[in-house]
Amino acid sequence: MTIVAESFVLPERRSAAGRLSDFFWRHPHVLLTVLLGPPLLWLGVVYLGSLFALLLQSFFSIDEFSGLINYEFTLATYRQLLSEANLDIILRTVSMAALVTLVSAFIAFPIAYYAARYARGKWKALFYLAVMLPLWSSYLVKVYAWKLILAKEGILTWVFEKLNLLWLLDAWLALPIVGGNSLSVSYTGTFIVFVYVWMPFMILPIQAALERVPANLIEASSDLGGTPAQTFRHVLFPLALPGIVAGSIFTFSLTLGDYIIPQIIGSSRLFIGQAVYAQQGTAGNIPLAAAFTVVPIVIMGAYLWMAKRMGAFDAL
Amino acid sequence: MRSEKSNRAPLGLKIAAAAGLAFMHVPILLIFLYAFTTEEKTYQFPPPGLTTQWFAVAWSRPDVWAALTLSVKVAAIATGAALILGTLCAAAISQTRFFGRETVSLLVILPIALPGIITGIALRSAFSMADIPFSFWTIVLGHATFCIVVVYNNAVARFRRISGSLIEASMDLGADGFQTFRYVILPNIGTALLAGGMLAFALSFDEVIVTTFTAGQQSTLPIWMLEELIRPRQRPVTNVVAMIVVIVTFLPILGAYYLTRDGDQIAGAGK
Repeated sequence: MTIVAESFVLPERRSAAGRLSDFFWRHPHVLLTVLLGPPLLWLGVVYLGSLFALLLQSFFSIDEFSGLINYEFTLATYRQLLSEANLDIILRTVSMAALVTLVSAFIAFPIAYYAARYARGKWKALFYLAVMLPLWSSYLVKVYAWKLILAKEGILTWVFEKLNLLWLLDAWLALPIVGGNSLSVSYTGTFIVFVYVWMPFMILPIQAALERVPANLIEASSDLGGTPAQTFRHVLFPLALPGIVAGSIFTFSLTLGDYIIPQIIGSSRLFIGQAVYAQQGTAGNIPLAAAFTVVPIVIMGAYLWMAKRMGAFDAL
Repeated sequence: MRSEKSNRAPLGLKIAAAAGLAFMHVPILLIFLYAFTTEEKTYQFPPPGLTTQWFAVAWSRPDVWAALTLSVKVAAIATGAALILGTLCAAAISQTRFFGRETVSLLVILPIALPGIITGIALRSAFSMADIPFSFWTIVLGHATFCIVVVYNNAVARFRRISGSLIEASMDLGADGFQTFRYVILPNIGTALLAGGMLAFALSFDEVIVTTFTAGQQSTLPIWMLEELIRPRQRPVTNVVAMIVVIVTFLPILGAYYLTRDGDQIAGAGK
């Protein structure tokens, strides 16, 4: 019935484009296929295909004598992954990522809160740009800038010297795990640079979440006798949490996989990203490298699933 | 009384926000200072003297030029591919309802939600399994994959603001789908696409992790910088290049901001 009616309403078009357009109109599924086909083919074949190939590799093993890949399904590589030294790397990376995420949220929150609640008009635009520029500016340049800052003869040492606090810096560097020869070869340095590079990713999602908090909710809380601390704990923080979780997807995931920051600024103890890089490069053990990458994939899979349940995707 | 009070930020908040912003900006500003230092061997602060000679030295270095040209070429082609794929995907997601819509939008985000090293090593192992030699095109392939999301984010936000009645009116007046796209949809999403393209360009121009895995002998500007960071040859030249990179990436970001500022969207929120 409807098809008959349509053919009355729509006059036949003569041009090729017109006829094609009419065809799409009558067959929306074909149009959808034409629209989605290229991007899905690209992402499906190039990206998912590669991921699958990588996953497959983790079930192969490496022949210890020839150094060649043995294409037989085995869990031996995963047994190797769970050895004590490798577990150490995983644990170190995950704790670093968690710590970076926490501190990033801590630094980002006041910026986001100010931008969401107090900045207006021109100031708001300025705030937005002030967050966007460092967020998008070159990753390597940012790492390089910190190399300049953290180096022994660099600006931080100079600042501590001017403040007569050099003894404090030296005392910190003398500490066992976080210390080192200079800040640029210590965990402290790695941590600072991680926070610096990934923290900006936290601001916009938190700001988006805070902007949805009606101002009269805060007023109601204080009218009911809530102190600022109580208002924060019971009203503001729970409502901002989806934004924090959304931001933490980036800070956590990016820290988890980074191998350049710990390589350039850090001690010799490896992170997951460096282990992957070393295994596929110098060691030539692609199966173990692949197994290592499964760790962040599984962690991020669980993380994304949890974030989705908390409604964090709406704050992205 | 109360409303006036609540409109003024507490001092502690102001200080915390200002300190946070300073933390984000001071290190980048330092790069500009170091580009002019006369000190060659170390990162000494404060610089013993200021000079502009390193700009001339950097200008005459062929390796810098080669890396810069390659970076621009890769970014241009990757951006082009991402523009087409990202727009198609955004049109499908925002204009139609279909089964698996959420999965598709997750798939688009995945290349940036998962750490870059995973994308990098996955592509590398796939290339070597398929016997594809590393070349200019393998770099482009990797870059386009994670640039799609930037275009997609911008386009989807704009598509949501086009009212459906505009498109219906165009169709009612006898335009076919292509004419509607050309005269109604494209002018509406044009600036969003331009903004997305600029951000994709900045993203690709800066990408290092995926590039290290998908490049053979070629070196893009970030790869060049990474090598200088690990094995420094002439530090002042690195300082100058770092400053140039900052400027080259700032311009498209500023451009993208001006193109999308009238909207309520956040351009490229989440790289």
